[in-house]
Amino acid sequence: MTTAIEALVPRMREICGAANVITDPLELRTYECDGLTSHRSVPALVVLPGAAAEVASVVAACAAAGVPFVARGSGTGLSGGALPHKDGVLIVMTRMRSIIEIDPVSRRAIVEPGATNLSVSKAAAPFGLFYAPDPSSQVICSIGGNVAENSGGAHCLKHGFTVNHVTGLQIVTPSGELTWLGDGTGVTGGYDLLGAFTGSEGTLGIVTKVVVKLMPLPEVVHTLLAAYATTSEGGRAVSDIIGAGIVPAAIEMMDALSIEAAEAAVQCNYPAGAGAVLIVELDGPASEVEAELATVRALCEKAGATEIRAADDPAQRAVIWAGRKSAFAAVGRISPAFIVQDGVVPRTSLGAVLARIAALSASAGIRVANVFHAGDGNLHPLVLYDDSVPGEPEAAEELSGAILDACLEQGGSITGEHGVGVDKSRYMPKMFGPDDLDTMQLVRCAFDPASLCNPGKVFPTPRLCGEVPGHRRAPHPAVTAGQAEIF
Amino acid sequence: MDTERSVVPAAALASLSAACAEVREADPAADAVAGVVPSLVASPASTDEASALLRAAAGHGLTVVPRGAGTGLGWGTPPSSCDLVVDMRRMNQVIEHAAGDLVARVQAGTTIGALASALGAAGQQLALDAPADATVGGVVATGTAGPRRFRYGAARDLLIGITVVRADGVVAHSGGKVVKNVAGYDLGKLLSGSRGTLGLITEATFRLHPVPAAEAWVTGEFGPPDRAGAASAAASAVASAARSALVPSAVELAWTGPPVVPRVGVLLEGTPSGVADRADLMAELLAAAGATPAVADSETPFRWWEQIPESGPVGTVVRVTFWVRQLADVLGALATAGASAGVGPAVSGPAGAGVLYARLDPATGDGAAARFIRDLRDRMLGVFGGSGDGSGLVRGGVAVLAAPAAVLATAGPDAPVPGADLMRAVKDQFDPQHRMFPGLMFPGPVFPVPMSPERPSGGG
Repeated sequence: MTTAIEALVPRMREICGAANVITDPLELRTYECDGLTSHRSVPALVVLPGAAAEVASVVAACAAAGVPFVARGSGTGLSGGALPHKDGVLIVMTRMRSIIEIDPVSRRAIVEPGATNLSVSKAAAPFGLFYAPDPSSQVICSIGGNVAENSGGAHCLKHGFTVNHVTGLQIVTPSGELTWLGDGTGVTGGYDLLGAFTGSEGTLGIVTKVVVKLMPLPEVVHTLLAAYATTSEGGRAVSDIIGAGIVPAAIEMMDALSIEAAEAAVQCNYPAGAGAVLIVELDGPASEVEAELATVRALCEKAGATEIRAADDPAQRAVIWAGRKSAFAAVGRISPAFIVQDGVVPRTSLGAVLARIAALSASAGIRVANVFHAGDGNLHPLVLYDDSVPGEPEAAEELSGAILDACLEQGGSITGEHGVGVDKSRYMPKMFGPDDLDTMQLVRCAFDPASLCNPGKVFPTPRLCGEVPGHRRAPHPAVTAGQAEIF
Repeated sequence: MDTERSVVPAAALASLSAACAEVREADPAADAVAGVVPSLVASPASTDEASALLRAAAGHGLTVVPRGAGTGLGWGTPPSSCDLVVDMRRMNQVIEHAAGDLVARVQAGTTIGALASALGAAGQQLALDAPADATVGGVVATGTAGPRRFRYGAARDLLIGITVVRADGVVAHSGGKVVKNVAGYDLGKLLSGSRGTLGLITEATFRLHPVPAAEAWVTGEFGPPDRAGAASAAASAVASAARSALVPSAVELAWTGPPVVPRVGVLLEGTPSGVADRADLMAELLAAAGATPAVADSETPFRWWEQIPESGPVGTVVRVTFWVRQLADVLGALATAGASAGVGPAVSGPAGAGVLYARLDPATGDGAAARFIRDLRDRMLGVFGGSGDGSGLVRGGVAVLAAPAAVLATAGPDAPVPGADLMRAVKDQFDPQHRMFPGLMFPGPVFPVPMSPERPSGGG
């Protein structure tokens, strides 16, 4: 492979400029992993294209040489989706970060994939608009990465995921052609390839432009914090709120251990001695939110809240959110190492699965801090261990896997927002049968029959695409004769 | 159009009958698909039976058309061949309604009305506007959506899990029964709007929404008839309503007559006090845009699909999609194209979501209808191309959803949609022999007619 890569270098310099082609082994090492640092692989070559046409040329060159390639945005992914291929080219999108256009009347923005999630909302704010999906890494994560992972965020309970907010994608196909999927309107004829592409974890092509929907900024936002003795009491409040027909913008919960970690890290000053805190955010027109707020407060009290705090201005709301937003990093204060797990259960099974996690944790002698999006049943158990103790990393990994099994037993999913990547492909057969995985890979075969685009991700066993019986590579005679067009 | 009835060999009939308990000869009157009479109709009762059926059909190379209630089948293209219609109406069970999770798993033949009754008991709904007699599978397969697409999206946005039987009989699932899930490719997105050409949908799982405690339609009329600049004023009102922080669930425009006056309708949903308050503010917003506002709880002017005859010729229906900034230009093009072809299109749809439908009366002459379509396409190219930024992005499209065969023959096919080559590659992977609703999505032996993911008459 080395020769194939060496042969590519001059062409890549021609396409991207010599300064944007990295061959130095030390520099290459800085790209060896994404946000999932337990998997590392030094890419054979790194290129940083500056325009869609350059990405297309880079991919075309890789395709012609049979060299695998992987796209990378900001590298914040938590499942190794941007883990480089050791014999391949890593295509880093960070130079392509322009906000190309904000159309406030159409409520659309066109952005380059390297633009950060938050930069889109910042650019839209002067028009009274924002971009709704808000993964917790939104300050740094890229829109292109969000598209690859179908990112959610704390507020997707009400506002939806990336796939509900993307209306057009310019992509480079794995053969190196530029094409659009969708036209920005949100309604296009033909198959919904835009929807199928979003969340495909970089395996169907590389995004070069993204059209997103912008939403009007809510008139008011109220955040409420309720403290409980136990997570099950907090869980009752969540059920009652949903049962009352209210869909809050966000409902988050933290257990005692994650509160302890957050206090240690950011002194968030949550109610002392709380076994759980619940954060409920309501947004929308003032008249609606006020009515809902009264109901939510009453339901929180009824479920046994020991203390309730409310905030409606940005600074006070930030104080409430501080603990929650710091939680992942904060556990680093109370544990030398930890695994961030991402599982989903039907919301009504949260109590059962938390009890199961507690039992697993006790029997393994490994602490688990729980932070979760309670509204949609998305758990982020943080498995705390000491990587200097022999055997602990393996035991933690085993416990982490057992938590996913517990989620699947409840009819849940192995990932709600972090993706499958390299981290969880081995769990895919627990969630899907061979026929399911085979059928999904038909899509892969349609886009990338040579399997060069981010290979080895998502699926445990690649499908050999081969030649399809009856497959017509030449245009249909009716097309050639000018009697018909596709669509 | 192929009106000859297909003849299925006895051996094939035997295989199908062994696979599925209910296989019968087709009734030329009731079972024809856009005029094409199938040979057989099979009604599977389960996904397993549907799988065995399609496996048997594959073994004999039969062409297959899936059917729900058939409410949308008369639209658009006839299949180039149809040996077997798979009637899904025996699969009509709500398998699970997890009210606490706001999730329902249903068999594809369940009607929208039956599902609504089951969910309504718990104060919940599938937030899709579709005819009550359409089936869930048909609605997903056609991508049907109505006014509330503005807030809730279409079927693809509400679908969280799907079971599909492939052309070769293999059963595949994707998604699941949790609302947040990014494991694996989302086949539900791919099947939504695929109109039976990629496989047979047998089950679907949806995220649900609470039925709002209150709702109101705020309407604004831009009269009197022939008021100068009425269409532009209505276009601005649509944009303002859509951009307001009052969180509309629908922003509709109707430009129909007589008398031909543009009307904007905004649906607000929420708490009784909140809706009342927001309705007042929305009425002020529409008045400021030059409308005569009114608040009502009736949405009749905007249930536009109900104005289309359920049987007999539907006439010509054209869908125009656009960026809302260009709405005034779109209305101008529709009016000019209508005038130059000598037709008066009735225009309505979820304009705030960038969609309008233009309907021509079924009595319209074929030549005039075809002229209207061609002229509209030309004018729209100017509108959409006007925002060219060098990226190749064409910001909208014109799709003929239904038209008499003679009109289609003269008007020709719609412009290719973006990604058409990849779509063909997907079709070739899922249905290499093009046996599932042949001719619908891709040029086949008969004249190709454009497809649309959205069948506004309701699906399947």
